[in-house]
Amino acid sequence: MEELLSTFVRSVFVENMIFAYYLGMCSFLAVSKNVKTALGLGTAVTFILVCTLPINYLLENYILKEGALSWLGDRFTQVNLSFLSLLIFIAVIASFTQLVEMVVEKFAPALYASLGIFLPLIAVNCAILGGSLFMQQKAFANVGIASVYGLGSGIGWLLAIVGMAAIREKLAYSDIPKPLKGLGITFIITGLMGIGFMCFSGLKI
Amino acid sequence: MGLLSGKNKEVLTGPLSKNNPVIVQMLGICSALAVTSKLEPSIVMGLSVTAVVAFANVIISLLRNTIPNRIRIIVQLVVCAALVTIISEVLKAFAYDVNKQLSVFVGLIITNCILMGRLEAFALGNSPWESFLDGIGNGLGYGIILVIVGFFRELLGSGTLLGLQVIPQAFYDFGYVNNGLMILPPMALIVVAVIIWVHRSRNKDLQEN
Repeated sequence: MEELLSTFVRSVFVENMIFAYYLGMCSFLAVSKNVKTALGLGTAVTFILVCTLPINYLLENYILKEGALSWLGDRFTQVNLSFLSLLIFIAVIASFTQLVEMVVEKFAPALYASLGIFLPLIAVNCAILGGSLFMQQKAFANVGIASVYGLGSGIGWLLAIVGMAAIREKLAYSDIPKPLKGLGITFIITGLMGIGFMCFSGLKI
Repeated sequence: MGLLSGKNKEVLTGPLSKNNPVIVQMLGICSALAVTSKLEPSIVMGLSVTAVVAFANVIISLLRNTIPNRIRIIVQLVVCAALVTIISEVLKAFAYDVNKQLSVFVGLIITNCILMGRLEAFALGNSPWESFLDGIGNGLGYGIILVIVGFFRELLGSGTLLGLQVIPQAFYDFGYVNNGLMILPPMALIVVAVIIWVHRSRNKDLQEN
């Protein structure tokens, strides 16, 4: 239980996808113009992270890792399929995004309309693939921790994009040097928010 | 028609400044920021991305008339994933230390938006040779930004370039101190913001209202 909690807090604050690794920056910059769409996209990203991380964790540990196939019999203990992990992970993510898109379209058409193009674009959001690759690198002890890590990363991402959108809404009224308008000032604010988030880096539970 | 006629030259050199993928088109920002705390990984990353974009562009351009429109994203992802797997195995074999530093970001070339952006916007509608030039141009445009950011962050942050000491010891004796802040992740954003600032004040037509 303690480990779950500490993984969660670490992934939300200390190892925040955006401020510590810059994953998912492209959609972060493009969609953070108003709070409502930012919230929608953040929720979708969180949901997909929570769903794909456990699946990829199981695939990694029972099929891809060196010796992971030993449950098939002694002949397979030497097999190492880890070079396939990129292909498999991206396939799981892409198909899952497609699935979520169809489910949302069928059962929540209003949400589907408000998310529009961003839903299919999640497949190429680096935060999702990044989550799976970090999961592979960190070698979590069990599938529960992996799911909690997914949830935490997603919520961290959601927090960042909503905060950014709120600041940008206010920014419309400020006087910014012309060449810095738009993209430039967004970068600087993200940098400053990142410095702010660094104060969590010593956090331990 | 030479191989480098006027239009092709434009395709190749446009992305270097006027149409730069990172600071103008806003593509591929994730990895541009994360790997640039030192110069060497920036260069390796720039070259890897150039290779992947160029070859993915050629392959998709060759296949462009045979791919059904509905499944093109999956096809593109598979082509990219295959190329990135090759690159990451090559890096593991010949540049293991750099590969360790780049960690997950080699794998993340797949989801680099430059790749998907160029495949969608250019390779699906142009011949293989033009697509190849476009890939090289965009890869290099991305690489240039990485190298500039990596250069300043390593110089100001650790006083070294490519691991060699460039700021003389005499400076440190006078009380010069490395700016440790430059090594930290957030400063990459601010360095890129400064590049955007300089670039846009020179190209007035890019400014936003």
